[in-house]
Amino acid sequence: MSEITSKTIAELRAGLRAGEFSAREIAEAYNAAVAASKLLNAYTVETPEDALAAAEAADKARGQADLPSLAGIPLGIKDLFATRGVDTTAGSNILKGFKPPYESTVTANLRKAGAGMLGKLNMDEFAMGSSNETSAYGPVISPWRRKGSNVGLTPGGSSGGSAAAVAAEIAPGVTGTDTGGSIRQPAAFVGISGIKPTYGRCSRWGIVAFASSLDQAGPMAKTVRDCAILLEAMAGFDPKDSTSLDLPVPQWEKNLSSDLRGKRVGIPREYRIDGVPDDINALWDRGIEWLKDAGATPVEISLPHTKYALPTYYIIAPAEASSNLARYDGVRYGLRETGNDGLDGMYSATREAGFGAEVKRRVMIGTYVLSAGFYDAYFTKAQKVRTLIKQDFANAFKQCDVILTPTAPSAAFGIGETTDPLAMYLNDVFAVPASLAGLPAMSVPGGLDANGLPLGLHLIGNELDEQTVLDAGLAIEERAGFTARPEKWW
Amino acid sequence: MPPSGPAAIAPAEMSVTSQQVRHIAKLARIAMSDEELARLEPELNNILGWVDQLAEVNTDGVEPLTAVIEQKLRLRDDVVNDGNIRDEVLANAPEAQHGFFAVPKVIE
Repeated sequence: MSEITSKTIAELRAGLRAGEFSAREIAEAYNAAVAASKLLNAYTVETPEDALAAAEAADKARGQADLPSLAGIPLGIKDLFATRGVDTTAGSNILKGFKPPYESTVTANLRKAGAGMLGKLNMDEFAMGSSNETSAYGPVISPWRRKGSNVGLTPGGSSGGSAAAVAAEIAPGVTGTDTGGSIRQPAAFVGISGIKPTYGRCSRWGIVAFASSLDQAGPMAKTVRDCAILLEAMAGFDPKDSTSLDLPVPQWEKNLSSDLRGKRVGIPREYRIDGVPDDINALWDRGIEWLKDAGATPVEISLPHTKYALPTYYIIAPAEASSNLARYDGVRYGLRETGNDGLDGMYSATREAGFGAEVKRRVMIGTYVLSAGFYDAYFTKAQKVRTLIKQDFANAFKQCDVILTPTAPSAAFGIGETTDPLAMYLNDVFAVPASLAGLPAMSVPGGLDANGLPLGLHLIGNELDEQTVLDAGLAIEERAGFTARPEKWW
Repeated sequence: MPPSGPAAIAPAEMSVTSQQVRHIAKLARIAMSDEELARLEPELNNILGWVDQLAEVNTDGVEPLTAVIEQKLRLRDDVVNDGNIRDEVLANAPEAQHGFFAVPKVIE
């Protein structure tokens, strides 16, 4: 059934409707591929019966005119999404065994559209990481390897299991979440597409919270069209999320067009930074040519506060995280360690045992920058710089319609190769500014580097303008002709 | 790069002492050994030293960001819309007794 797993979601959708194969055949092909992928460590839980149940419903409904968009399409779900009755741990020991009695809005929306679930996908603990190495389940191994090497590489993070699953064809599409690049950097590392929509498009209800003013769900898939299909199903107003946007969901797929005539593409000069490999800058230049070929006009723009985005993020995100993660106290769910000092001792012992090193580091930073005497110097200062970063983008979008940059400053790196926390944070140098401004942004594969590893191009759009981001992504996809797939070793 | 005006904040001492690291761990309710605290001190100072570069940005007259995407915060109707799900609420509790979450004794 390798034929089925190599198809895009759009192809599966068409084949199912044309009667080329049944939804059951799709689910069985993927369930088998998932079961044979243990070496990748991409799935933390497998739910083959869930995929089969959705397939059965789809097969019964086949032939109906109003078959929902994802009928019979099985998906991988990042472990950050609450799934009713299925372990949801955010990659953390502190949530071990947690089975939510409710379903996140995004996964409920996907189910309403007919999708089934193949399983839960591994991720950095609480989405804090850029390599999937902070997971309590151990790292995901990327299906990609450097030419002539069998060194294990990271699929990026935090949506590392999600990225690896699409690249290894053990899911046709997946959910990811992006707080500061967690969809886009892993998508770039494994040669797939992934989009983070405008903040508020996808409900945060039922997604384990990391940094609430930044967290956004989004899809990852083989193609730009598949991302549009998935995002349409995931997005939508939800009264249960106070920052959910009360707007209709645009028909992104129907309106997809790679004709960019009349569009201006901003090229921010501050994104030309030292230490970025030549391969990546050369791909960026090719990306500009591809968009010109599609009819767009490149314009040089300036985003003056770019350099301050990452330090701003590393104040705001840990601050929000320290507050959000205060709920893990051993009382209501997850792990409990009793300690030997009453209730307070139980809290401290539980959190010591349940949190990993990176989560502790960020909770400590966040606690410090919010503490009495330091709040203004750090947190308020960072929120002011965030205003300036948002203004930079607002000014830029007076001159252009979409912005093109590289997705990440390097290709995938080896597991265990990056041990310094600050060096790890730099992975998201190009991704974080758009997160701070709440803007839609996408990574699409552009080519391979000298080692044969994928590199991504990054498109940032104006508020609510996912369409131009997707259109420019499609224009690149059509011209890059990226068809490389990892050679199967798992 | 934006100019840094004379009023840019330059806090006198933006590094943490081992005493402070211990205090932060206490505030964060994370038990830590002396070795862990000693390992964290330079790590935190590295990160704090790096974020200190924000001090060079002139933010005079700049409002801190409060809403990522401008929107009116909604109010919901003041009505009960769920309830009677006690067993579901307690289902994941490490310890539940008599329909309550149970914790170590806090009153002697």
